[in-house]
Amino acid sequence: MEPRKKIAEVVETSSAEFTAQCYKLDGAPPLGSLVKTKNEPFEIYGVVYNVETHSLDPGRRVVARGENMKTEGEIFRANPQLARLLRTDFKVLVVGYGQGDSLYHYLPQKPAPIHGFVYTCQLEEVRAFTRSLDFLSLLVDARLPISVDEVAAACLRHASEAHPDPQVFLIKAGKELACMLSSDAKRLNSLLKRIR
Amino acid sequence: MMEGQNSEERARLGTVVSGSLNRGVEVKLDASVSVEDMAVGRYVAIEGEKRRFFGMITDVSLETVDPRAAITPPDISDPFIAQVITGTTTYGKLRVLPMLTIGGDAASILEGPHPAKTVPTHFSEVKLASQRDVELVFGAEDEKRFYVGTPLDMETRVCLNVSEFVKRSNGVFGKSGTGKTFLTRLLLIGMLQKQVAVSLVFDMHSEYGWEGKTEKGYKVKGLKQLFPSKVAIFTLDEESSRRRKVSTDVVVRIGYDEIEPEDIELLRQTLNLTEASTQAVYQLAREFGDRKWLETVLNLTEDASKQLISRLNIHDSTYRNLRRGLENLRRFSFLIPRAPDNSVRRILEYLDRGINVILEFGRFEDFAAYILVANLLSRRIYAKYRENAEREMGGEVAPSHPLVITIEEAHRFLNSEVSARTIFGRIAREMRKYNVTLLVIDQRPSGIDGEVMSQLGTKITCLLDDERDIDSVLTGAAGKSELKSVLSKLETKQQALIFGHAVPMPVVIKTREYGSAQSYKELGFLEAAELKRKTEKDIEDLWAS
Repeated sequence: MEPRKKIAEVVETSSAEFTAQCYKLDGAPPLGSLVKTKNEPFEIYGVVYNVETHSLDPGRRVVARGENMKTEGEIFRANPQLARLLRTDFKVLVVGYGQGDSLYHYLPQKPAPIHGFVYTCQLEEVRAFTRSLDFLSLLVDARLPISVDEVAAACLRHASEAHPDPQVFLIKAGKELACMLSSDAKRLNSLLKRIR
Repeated sequence: MMEGQNSEERARLGTVVSGSLNRGVEVKLDASVSVEDMAVGRYVAIEGEKRRFFGMITDVSLETVDPRAAITPPDISDPFIAQVITGTTTYGKLRVLPMLTIGGDAASILEGPHPAKTVPTHFSEVKLASQRDVELVFGAEDEKRFYVGTPLDMETRVCLNVSEFVKRSNGVFGKSGTGKTFLTRLLLIGMLQKQVAVSLVFDMHSEYGWEGKTEKGYKVKGLKQLFPSKVAIFTLDEESSRRRKVSTDVVVRIGYDEIEPEDIELLRQTLNLTEASTQAVYQLAREFGDRKWLETVLNLTEDASKQLISRLNIHDSTYRNLRRGLENLRRFSFLIPRAPDNSVRRILEYLDRGINVILEFGRFEDFAAYILVANLLSRRIYAKYRENAEREMGGEVAPSHPLVITIEEAHRFLNSEVSARTIFGRIAREMRKYNVTLLVIDQRPSGIDGEVMSQLGTKITCLLDDERDIDSVLTGAAGKSELKSVLSKLETKQQALIFGHAVPMPVVIKTREYGSAQSYKELGFLEAAELKRKTEKDIEDLWAS
């Protein structure tokens, strides 16, 4: 297994979700990918659901600077301070935790710790965690500021890549969704179209 | 998935989700099982918590979890979506009628299956019945059980317990051309082979004895060709038999003196007699005696007739109606004033020796001849059997071979108007008391008296599509409405539903093959060369010992 890649730090936390700040500007993991953080003895797993980059100082708005530049890269080269003044945050929906060798697809007793390091998950970990699809109900039932279905679909697409036969995984996940959303054919249809 | 069904490993179909004993349980099909692979009439086994159930699929339906899915169907042109929604939002459902149960403990397994008195618990696993399940239920072929066919889509043999079969009167039904004759031929062979009864067949169309024809015109061997030493062919029409190159054993002649007033009464409709003229027959019989009346009346001159009717106070038109009817009987060349031989005695001699008798009607294929002869002979034979049975009760004689009388167009004998009067009605009702039972063959079971229908032990029915016929056949059967859907979906050829006394549960079979050299061999027929070899060997063995 590759060494774990530390990418961010928890800056805001609650039982169901946390916000992490990336160490690098624009260094957020993709939407829907699985990340984890530690709160001994638990490893808390979550799905990335919202990535935003903003000014570090809420009182100072970012201004446009590239009028006379040829590429976006030039803006950063000409204004090296920007990388320090801007921050990329991402929000994570907690979908389960691990303790020892066991994985649980429901909320942990303790939330992610503030200043906890956030790591991306290796393929093996993604495969292990998504072997059971019980976490989908946490995802599908969540109330998020962005479309839950977009996040769920992105999450499943990512997870499928970790499985030896992505199509089989997606069909299994699709069937799980079909059972959960049996009373909402329209939502199910649009969701299925996003994961095929 | 379907390839596996004949192996020992049974294919899982789904789980029980609801239902009742009366209507049958509902089974949600697994997503991997296509409704298109299911068929009504097929057997399934349900693994309950404490016992196993055997049942029959009686309906297949399509369901959706959300009724809106039916209004805005998902895009199933996309294979992914199609695969996902199968078995989840949309699924197949079976209705299964549990019929037998078998307990889980060793004692119950030895005891064998019992009729189901309850249903399996929720979410019990449902599988296709395996070969072993079917064998467990129907038993393997042995000295009492005769292989009649295979369940739908299975290779297992379904066996009919012929020794139980002959204890009751039975019926073979089905529309014309659905294979009643083939089925009957098989049943006759079964009874013959297992030696559980001797048969007397009133063979209206001469197709059981020597040779029959398939609908496509191929010839198939009759019973006599297959079992020459155990079958005797009697004929009413020697010429027709000779033309067909049938080796007959006895030519039947019936004397006028053997015809009784009751026989004429049965022919009332066929001979177009009025009620009054049938009554007049009794008067004439009293006048001239039971044995002489017919001959005398047929030979009366015009003048003598006039004197007679005025003496007996019979209306002229009644008499003329009767005469016209009776004159019809002259057409039958097998009716002669004095029969040289007593046909009944000859038939009984053969039956006593355990030889099956098939009476061919040759060209006398009309109902008048058939009803007259079948009724007349059966009545006397029955009387002898009855006498014998009574003497047997007194310990005087050994019990006679059980006799099965096969009649075609049974509704002519057993309709509610005449069934109380014909001998067949009586045999059907009294059942096996005197060792005589019926095998009735008919295409219009609704024409048969309900009381007689209800007395039939085992019913074997090919496709029927008239609502009344179906109702009448299924009268009294458990799970009637479910069997109804099975019955009306039978194929037109080679398929039959068997239910009743001789089978532990209703079963749809594909009838055993009959007509190929291989099938004859399986039925115990030896070709001439083989027969010769066997005889020589038997002689050798005899001398060697």
